[in-house]
Formats: sequence, structure tokens, C-alpha cells
Amino acid sequence: MNMTAVYRTDKQALIELRGVTKVYGSGQAAMHALRGVDLRIDEGEFVAVMGPSGSGKSTCMNILGCLDTSTAGTYWFKGVEVNRLTRNQRTKLRRFYLGFVFQGFNLLNRTSALENVELPLIYRGASAHERRHRALEALRTVGLEGWESHTPGELSGGQQQRVAIARAIVTGPTVLFADEPTGNLDSARSHEILELLNGLNREQGVTIVMVTHEQDMAAHAKRIVRFLDGLVESDKPNIRNA
Amino acid sequence: MLWNTMILALREIRRNVLRSVLTILGIVIGVAAVIIMVTIGGGATVQVRQQIAGMGSNLLMVTPGKRLGPGQSTDNVPFKEADSRAIARDVPAVAAVAPVSSQSIQAIFGNQNWTTQVSGSNNQYLQVTNRSIRSGRQFTDSELRSGAAVCIVGETVIRKLFGGQEALGEKIRLQKLSCEVIGLLAAKGQSTMGTDQDDIVVIPLSTFQRRIAGNQDVGFIQVSVEEGVATEKVQNDIVRLLRERRHLSSSDDDNFNVMDMKEIAQMLTGTTRMLTALLSAVAAVSLLVGGIGIMNIMLVSVTERTREIGIRLAVGALESEVLMQFLVEAVVLSSFGGLAGIVLALTTSVWLAGILRVPFVFNGGIVMVAFLFSAAVGVIFGYFPALKAARLDPIEALRHE
Repeated sequence: MNMTAVYRTDKQALIELRGVTKVYGSGQAAMHALRGVDLRIDEGEFVAVMGPSGSGKSTCMNILGCLDTSTAGTYWFKGVEVNRLTRNQRTKLRRFYLGFVFQGFNLLNRTSALENVELPLIYRGASAHERRHRALEALRTVGLEGWESHTPGELSGGQQQRVAIARAIVTGPTVLFADEPTGNLDSARSHEILELLNGLNREQGVTIVMVTHEQDMAAHAKRIVRFLDGLVESDKPNIRNA
Repeated sequence: MLWNTMILALREIRRNVLRSVLTILGIVIGVAAVIIMVTIGGGATVQVRQQIAGMGSNLLMVTPGKRLGPGQSTDNVPFKEADSRAIARDVPAVAAVAPVSSQSIQAIFGNQNWTTQVSGSNNQYLQVTNRSIRSGRQFTDSELRSGAAVCIVGETVIRKLFGGQEALGEKIRLQKLSCEVIGLLAAKGQSTMGTDQDDIVVIPLSTFQRRIAGNQDVGFIQVSVEEGVATEKVQNDIVRLLRERRHLSSSDDDNFNVMDMKEIAQMLTGTTRMLTALLSAVAAVSLLVGGIGIMNIMLVSVTERTREIGIRLAVGALESEVLMQFLVEAVVLSSFGGLAGIVLALTTSVWLAGILRVPFVFNGGIVMVAFLFSAAVGVIFGYFPALKAARLDPIEALRHE
């Protein structure tokens, strides 16, 4: 990957946002989702992002995940200025460094769990053998051994989210972004998912950024960032886990 | 990479069987309808053209009675053999004249019988109807004069009465007349009007008049005009001669009719051509409907597919990779549908041509046009919605409802 962006010289954070804004629409109808967010996340952190609906927490995470672009401000990922990357370069950033888990799972319908998990590896150009091997391993990690050939329609919500997590981690990403990963699950399933994420963070050192509005889910994280009206309202370590 | 994309596209086709089948179906129907209609229409036109060519050149048909058509003739004064001889003698530029009387009669050989058209005429009958003798011989002058019990037989009658047996020299019975088969007509097939031209027995006119009809009448006279002569002139000469012979005053209408067979033939060609045009129009509509079918399926699946595109983009697919996949999918589906349509159309056309007894005429142009049109519709409507979706930010595509 050839990144012709500006490198910073001071000690590198994994993720650094400075003065990031996001405006939807324009003129009178303009909606300011982010009003100048500064945020720094280091490698190995487990950050819960909280805040009421409309506070900008999801928008911020989509920008961090390169699924969306900011209106102004600067975003450095591993010292690379993401704002200056082309569309394809941002795609490659997702391909090689980032993993996603969504509230709505976003799995391919009528497609087996195994093939869903293999999907990111296809775009990485992995061989069929390697794809299968790694996908099976990822499914084992999330506790879905034996469910490889089931399609999303044949799996429960909790199982679907596990498939989604397997898909996110199969590439061995640097950061895993989870947008309300437990929003559609009951509390028992939710805690299982959080245990899983926790394990990934602890054992494999995956940096996790998780958006949630449930206090007891956020309690699993090492650090809690609260958004309000498009700004970071508070940012403190979670005393219980820190 | 391209290989990977192909695999992805094929997997996607297999996974969405219903959607794929519906897309293909639209193309199959569109392509097949056009090709079948144009092929059959073309075959019918060719057939009519062949029949006109085979009908004998510059043929005039002289019938008694006022006008051809419903409620035919009021004062139907029949012709006599002398009228036919007079035409041959007095009208210039006449190549051959055949007086014909005919009747539908049961022909019997052994324990086989078959009802056929028995015509009494002379040797010129073969010339005016543009037929030839496959084996055997024509009538001799003495046979014609004396009304001998001899006959020349068409292919169909041979098949029905004799099966595979040798017919020459055998005797068949027509009513009370037992006559010897002296010649076999070469096969001619169906006429423009759809009658079997080989279902025929020809005997000398005098034999017919004496032994079958029991009178001296002649049903109609067929005249063939010399090559390169305007038929209108001969037509007028015949009318003048016959009016004179039938003692008609200048105020009387003709009580006979002289028709140019070419005119009838041309009318028929015009009709088939119009029919082909009509069929083609219907076919074009089916192609359009097929196209709209494809379009609908493609557009209906856009929502689902937009989300799919969002997912692919999110996990690291480049816009170009996603588009290539969709393009390959559309091309594979469209070409498969197109080829299936062509195969279906050609087999159906061959089958239909057999049933309708028209020649099978392969029209490569229409096959190409139908295929390209359907394929274009499939590719355009498969590809462009995907193009729109792949240009969105991944999050937009994922949120698409």
C-alpha cells in the first residue's frame, strides 16, 4: 500500500482525531452531527463510546472505520492522514487493518456462515485453502464449530452476531469497530458477545472501539468516552476494568 | 483477481436461484419469440415464392360463368373441346392449351381405395401445370382421340394405392372404368392454397367425357402464354375470341372468366409478407416485454443488492471489484438466457416448420439482433444500479432500505 500522506513525528497514537466535524445537508437544513471532535486511541485499548441517540457517536465511529468521510478536521490512522487518502486507499485500509461488527449483523443472505467469514479473505486474495482454514479457525474462536454450513436465516441472533465477529476477526485486524453489537440481542446473549470481545482484546491484543448505549455493556470496556451534541463530553478510564 | 470475481459471480447466481431463473426466463422468452416468429414467417414467404416459381409461367385460367367467387355463375354455359382448340389455333403467342374436366372419384386397386381428383385432359396439361413424368410415358395421339383407358398418376395416389409396389402397367379402377397406369408424375408438393398437388389422376379428356362425366363439356381451360409476352394482350384476345364463339352481343357481360394466375399468386405473396410483418411486430413486443421483465427483476433486487454491495465494500472490496462481479453476473445470466432462447427458438421453429409444412429458413440476422438486445438489457439493468450503489460511501449502501 502506497500512502502518500503526511507522517507525524511525535509519538504515534493508533487513532487520532483533531477537530473532526461532520455536517449533513447544507445551508438552513444543515445538520451538525459532529462539531469538532478530538480523540486519541492507542493500540490495545477497549473503548466504549456512549451517548444518547443523535449525539454523534455512530457517525464518529463510521468515520473512524472509513465507512464515512468527515466534513472537516484531521484523522490520523497509524500516523497516516486518512482525509487525504483516495477512496481506493481507504478501502485498502479497511481491507488490511479494520474489522466491523454491526447492530444489524449485515451478513450475506442465503450464504453459509463459512462463506460469510471467508468474504474479507477473498478480497485479500487468499487462496481457497487458506480462506477455508482461517475461516474455520475464526468460527471456532467465536464458538460456532459445527455451524459452518448454516445460512444466517438458520441461525439465532446471537449466532449471527458471532458469525459477524468471526468475519471481522478472520483477517486479524488491528482495530475492531462494533456499532451497538448487542442492540438486537437479549442480555444473556449480549454478555456472551461482550465476553468474546473482551477475550479478543485481552488475548489477541485487538484494539476494540464499541458504540453502545447500555451501561452494563460499556462496563466491559477499559475506557468510556461519552458523546453529547456532537462533542466528546467525558473521557475516563473504567475504574472497574482499568 | 478476475478468476476470484468469476467465482463470486457464479456463486451469487447459484445462491439466488429464483432471481436468476426469472432473469433468464425474460431473456429466453424475448429471444425465442422473435426468432420463432421471424423464422416461420420467412419460411412461409419462401414457400409461396417457390410455389409461384413452380406454378408454370404465364398461366391463364379460363372458366365458364360470370365471376369467380361466392354465388358464382348464373348462366353457366360450359366450354367444349372445340373452344380449347380454337384458342390454340387463333390466339397468337399461346404456348399450350389444356382443356380440363375433373371430378372427385374413388380409385381402387386390389383391396386399397383412395378418393382422388381425376382430371381429363391432354398432354399439354403437363406443360401448363409445369409438371413432368417421372417414369412411363405421356398419352399417345390415338389414345387421346379414341378415349383409351389409360392414366397418369400422381405420387400421393401411388403411395396410397400401391404402397411401395411397382404401379406402371397395373390397372386401377375409377368407377366403372378400369384403366392402365402408363405414367407416374414427378412429385410437386403442396400448392399455395394448401392442397396436395400430387393427389391426382390424369386420363385423356375424351375418356373422361365418355366414361365418367357422360357429356362433352370441358370444366375449364388452362392456357400458358409464351415467354416474354404480355399476358394482358393474350387475355384480351381470348376474351374477344370466346365472346365471338359464344355469340355475345356488345351489351352482354362476359359469361366466362379469364384469370391470370400470377395475379392470384402475387396477392398471396403480399398476404404472407403482411403476415410476416405482423408476426414480427408481435415478436418485437414480446422482446420488449421480455426486456421489461429483466429490468423489473434487476430493479427489484437492487435494495437487497445495495446492502450486499455495502457489506462487500465494508469488508474491503474495491469499487472496481464489486462492479466486475456484477458485470460478470449480468453477462453470464444474459448470455445463458440468450443462448437458451436461441436453442429453444431453433428447435421450436424446426418442429413448427414441420407441422405447418413450410421450409425452415435460418435467419442469422434476427438471431443476433434478438440476442444482443436481450443481453444488452440484462447487462445494462444488472450493471447500472450496481454502479450507483458501488459509488456510495459504504455506510450509505449499508443503510439502504
